[in-house]
Amino acid sequence: MTLDPNNNRIANQFNRDGKLTHLLTLEGMPKEQILHILDTAKQFVSITAPNREVKKVPLLRGKSVFNLFFEDSTRTRTTFEIAANRLSADIINLDIPRSSTSKGESLMDTIDNLVAMQADIFIVRHNISRAPIEIASHVPDYVHVINAGDGSHQHPTQGLLDAYTMRHFKKDFSKLKVAIIGDILHSRVAKSNIHALTTLGCNDIRAIGPESLLPSDLAKDLSSLGVKIFHKVEDGIKDSDVVMTLRIQKERMDQGQVPEGAAFFKHFGLNRERLAMAKSDAIVMHPGPMNRGVEIDSAVADGNQSVILNQVTFGIAIRMAVMSIVVGK
Amino acid sequence: MNAEPLYQDLLKHLQEGLFKQASTSAVHLAGLAIGGAWIANRLSQDLGIKQYGVINISFHRDDYAEKGIKAIETANTMPTHLPFDVNNAHIVLIDDVLFTGRTVRAALNELFDFGRPAQVSLMVLADRGERELPISADFVGKKISLPHSQILVLEQNTSNQFDFQIEERS
Repeated sequence: MTLDPNNNRIANQFNRDGKLTHLLTLEGMPKEQILHILDTAKQFVSITAPNREVKKVPLLRGKSVFNLFFEDSTRTRTTFEIAANRLSADIINLDIPRSSTSKGESLMDTIDNLVAMQADIFIVRHNISRAPIEIASHVPDYVHVINAGDGSHQHPTQGLLDAYTMRHFKKDFSKLKVAIIGDILHSRVAKSNIHALTTLGCNDIRAIGPESLLPSDLAKDLSSLGVKIFHKVEDGIKDSDVVMTLRIQKERMDQGQVPEGAAFFKHFGLNRERLAMAKSDAIVMHPGPMNRGVEIDSAVADGNQSVILNQVTFGIAIRMAVMSIVVGK
Repeated sequence: MNAEPLYQDLLKHLQEGLFKQASTSAVHLAGLAIGGAWIANRLSQDLGIKQYGVINISFHRDDYAEKGIKAIETANTMPTHLPFDVNNAHIVLIDDVLFTGRTVRAALNELFDFGRPAQVSLMVLADRGERELPISADFVGKKISLPHSQILVLEQNTSNQFDFQIEERS
C-alpha cells in the first residue's frame, strides 16, 4: 500500500449527523464524545459481575467483526476479540501473513472482498500511519473502521482505556499530574493519551525522555499542547498522580537511537526510588508489552501501585463501548 | 393520577400472599429500572425484607438496531443488581406499567443471565393492555386505557408517595 506522506486529511470519523461512525483518532475528538465512550464502557464492566452467569449480551448479534492486524499484537487483538464475543458479534481473525495480501493483493482489494463478505466492522492495525483513515474513506457508509494502532500516529482505544483507568482510580482529570516516561517519539499511545487528557481537562502533563526520543520539533508540538518536557525522570516525576511508562522498542535500540537496555534503565527506568518522588498514592501504568529491567523495574511493575493489569481488563469494556457506539444508529 | 391506592393494593396482595409466612423456597423482589425499582425498594421496607433486586433491561432491548446506543443509556444510572442467588428462587418482577410486554421479555432474558429461577411472577401497578407479546401479569393494580401517543410516567415525591403522570410521547 502506498500513502501520500503529505496527506493531511482530517480523519472523518463522524457522519453528517455528527455521530461517531469510525474511531480513527482522539485528536480533536470533543470532550462529550470521549466521556460518552467512558460512560458506556462503565456499563459494560458490569457484564463480568461475578454473579452474572452469562457474561455476554446480544447487542451485536449477527454483526461481523474482522480483525485486520498488519502488525503483531497480542493484547489489543485478543481484547478486541473478547469484546466482540461479549457483544455476541461474530469475529473473524485474518491471518495476514498467509492471506492474499502476501500474494500481492492490494489492501483496498482485500477490503473490498471483505465488504463483499458482509463485514460490519474492521479493526485495523497497520505499521503505516493513517492507513485506517484511508480504509475508512474507502468503505461504504454502513461499514465501520476502528483504529487499533497505526504507525506512530494514534492508538485511540488505548488512549481511551488509559483515560478510563485514570478516571476509575483518580476521578477528577482537572487535578491530575500525569508523567509519561520513555519513547514518546515513536509512541502512538503517548499521542492518543495526550490528546485525550488535554481534552478531558488535565492541565499538568509531563513528557520525560532522552533528547533522542523527545527531539526539538516534537518538543515544540507537545509544548503547544501545554505538555511540559523533561529530560530527567527526577525532574518530571515529582508529585505526579499518574506515572505512565512506555515500551522502549528494542528493535530501535540496535540502531543507536537510544541507550541500550541497561543504560536506558539506569537513566530512565522506573524503579522504586524514582516512583517514591511521585505522590505516595500515584498509580503506575504501562500499555504493554513491558520490558522488565529496561523501562520498568519488576518491583514497580508488580508493586501495589501498579494498575497495569487493570488497564487490560478495562480495555475490553472500552472496546465493547466503541464497537456498540459506531455500529448503533 | 394518584398511584398510592394501587401501591397499597400491591403491598396487601404480597403481605397476604407470598410474604404471609416464611416461605419454603426463597422469594425475592426484583424491580425493573427505573420505576419498578422504586416500587421494589418501598415494598422491601414495608414488607420488612432486607434486600431487593434491580433489573436493567438495556442489554436485551429489541430496539438497539433502531435507537442505537441511546437505548442502553439507563444502564449507567441504575444497573442490574441482584444481591441474591437467582437459581431455584421465586423471583417476583415488579414494574410500574405493563404495556406491549417487550420490557418484560427483555427483563426475563436479563434475569436468566444470572441463573435459573424456580418460578417468576410479574406484578404491576398499571396495565395498559395492547400486548405485542404473549405476556400477562400475576397482579395488576389497575387497568388503564390510553392512546398510543401518550405515556404513563411514574413519579415518586419526597415522602416516597407514588403518582402517575400522563405525558405526550416525544
